[in-house]
Amino acid sequence: MSLWVSAIGQGLLYGILGIGLFVTFRILDFPDMTVEGTFPFGAAVAVAAITHGVSPLLASVLAMFAGMLAGLCTGLLATKGHMPLLIAGILTMTALYSINLRVMGRANLSLLNQPNLFAAKFLAAMPDYLSSVVVGLIVVTVVIILLILFLNTEIGQGFIAAGDNRTMARSLGINPDNMQILGLVVGNGLIGLSGGLVAQNNGYADVSMGTGVIVIGLAAIIIGEVMFGNLTLSERLIAVVLGSIVYRFVIQIVLMLGFNADDLKLVSAVVLALAIIVPQIDERLHLRRTLRNGVK
Amino acid sequence: MGTTQLKLTDVNVKVMAGHDVKTLLSEVNLDIHEGDFATIIGTNGAGKSTLFNAIGGDLPVTGGTIELAGERIEKQTPEKRARHIARVFQDPKMGTAPRMTVAENLALAMHRGERLGLKSRALRQKMDHFLEVTKQTPNGLDEALNKPTSELSGGQRQALSLLMATMRQPDLLMLDEHTAALDPHTSKAIMDLTNQIVADNKLTCLMITHQMDDALKFGNRLIVVDAGHVVADYDAAAKQQLNNADLLNYFA
Repeated sequence: MSLWVSAIGQGLLYGILGIGLFVTFRILDFPDMTVEGTFPFGAAVAVAAITHGVSPLLASVLAMFAGMLAGLCTGLLATKGHMPLLIAGILTMTALYSINLRVMGRANLSLLNQPNLFAAKFLAAMPDYLSSVVVGLIVVTVVIILLILFLNTEIGQGFIAAGDNRTMARSLGINPDNMQILGLVVGNGLIGLSGGLVAQNNGYADVSMGTGVIVIGLAAIIIGEVMFGNLTLSERLIAVVLGSIVYRFVIQIVLMLGFNADDLKLVSAVVLALAIIVPQIDERLHLRRTLRNGVK
Repeated sequence: MGTTQLKLTDVNVKVMAGHDVKTLLSEVNLDIHEGDFATIIGTNGAGKSTLFNAIGGDLPVTGGTIELAGERIEKQTPEKRARHIARVFQDPKMGTAPRMTVAENLALAMHRGERLGLKSRALRQKMDHFLEVTKQTPNGLDEALNKPTSELSGGQRQALSLLMATMRQPDLLMLDEHTAALDPHTSKAIMDLTNQIVADNKLTCLMITHQMDDALKFGNRLIVVDAGHVVADYDAAAKQQLNNADLLNYFA
């Protein structure tokens, strides 16, 4: 039981990563490789801050700011440096590897005997595996509400429009480059926050914890879309979090089948590939219709 | 005849094509008065769209000046100029955000050229207004307010683009073959809507078209562009003497 509950907790914490990636991948419409550097950057900043005596809450906020800074860097490279976003993201991601080592002073920094957000006083009465669910739920709720409010402001609408149609946005006086930077800042801020929370939940930050993390985020987004189909933008944010939880369940099942942690990157790649491919097969063979109507 | 609204003085646009300099517009002089509705014709590659790109800011001018409502604009960014210049494109997909609803698109257009803030877009309060403006369209846009624009027909999208372009009165409306991608029936409906909107709001308007009938029928001026030059500029009286055959001579 506790295994499944903690899978929900992990799903919620990684769900924030999914939402952050959703901002760039689905609203602005490009895959942002910065993620793989931002996630450990947030983790490194949070853990380093806590070991230097900063409160876990403030450390989590710092992790978010760190992520925003990384997003700003990619955004400036792409727009002012006139390079493809894929390249800009890869540059920031690569640079962050060194920066993360600097921030932590070593490849792996533990929170052993240090406070963290999941050991906060009001959570003390709960078993450990439940605290990640409570913290995850609180943060996810706040993040989704704030993001929905933002997307419904004038500037939020301009941001969506710029992702939808650059030409149209420009003709309405919206600078798509600025919107791109804004999206990268917001998205990577959330991803840094997610990294900071996951690190506190795991009890350490590791310089390699970003590897493959973009696949986890994409899996959350796409599983959510496959499961729930056509939704409004606000509902889709919730679907991403649910997709992230389902992804954790799948991983849990795979582990129970006898795979070990070393296999997880392979498994996550296969899960994402299946989540993308299966709906296409479904569409081509009309599986759903056939199942509903019976084979004639 | 009103005061000058748009004035192009010796406008040149040159671009590098490989190692050669290619002249797209050469010494273009234009004086468009307030309330003028000028149709623009010319062969493919004559420089009609380049003219719009130069005025709109998508292409930098390499010489000359552009004045709009008394203000020099040739150095302004396209985003800055968008406050005063509205444009409808040939491709219906270019003027609207496909995943946003018709109402959301219209709401954005209400703020064209403004600095967007953290105020709520207050969509619900605007719906009555949107219903009213979409009612005048010929193709049922008023019933599609909550549909994403990707589900609209080409004609509906162009009607929406027109409404968006004129939601806030622009100093200049530029129509870039905006009915060329539509079937004849829809094309006529959109052209009639265009004429009505331009007349109702007394807009200053430039319209590129390959339909000689439309070029003659609409507006009070006719401008012919060829090889980067303005080769003819007919005023209302001269335009009335023209017929299709006269115009086709320019394409010979």
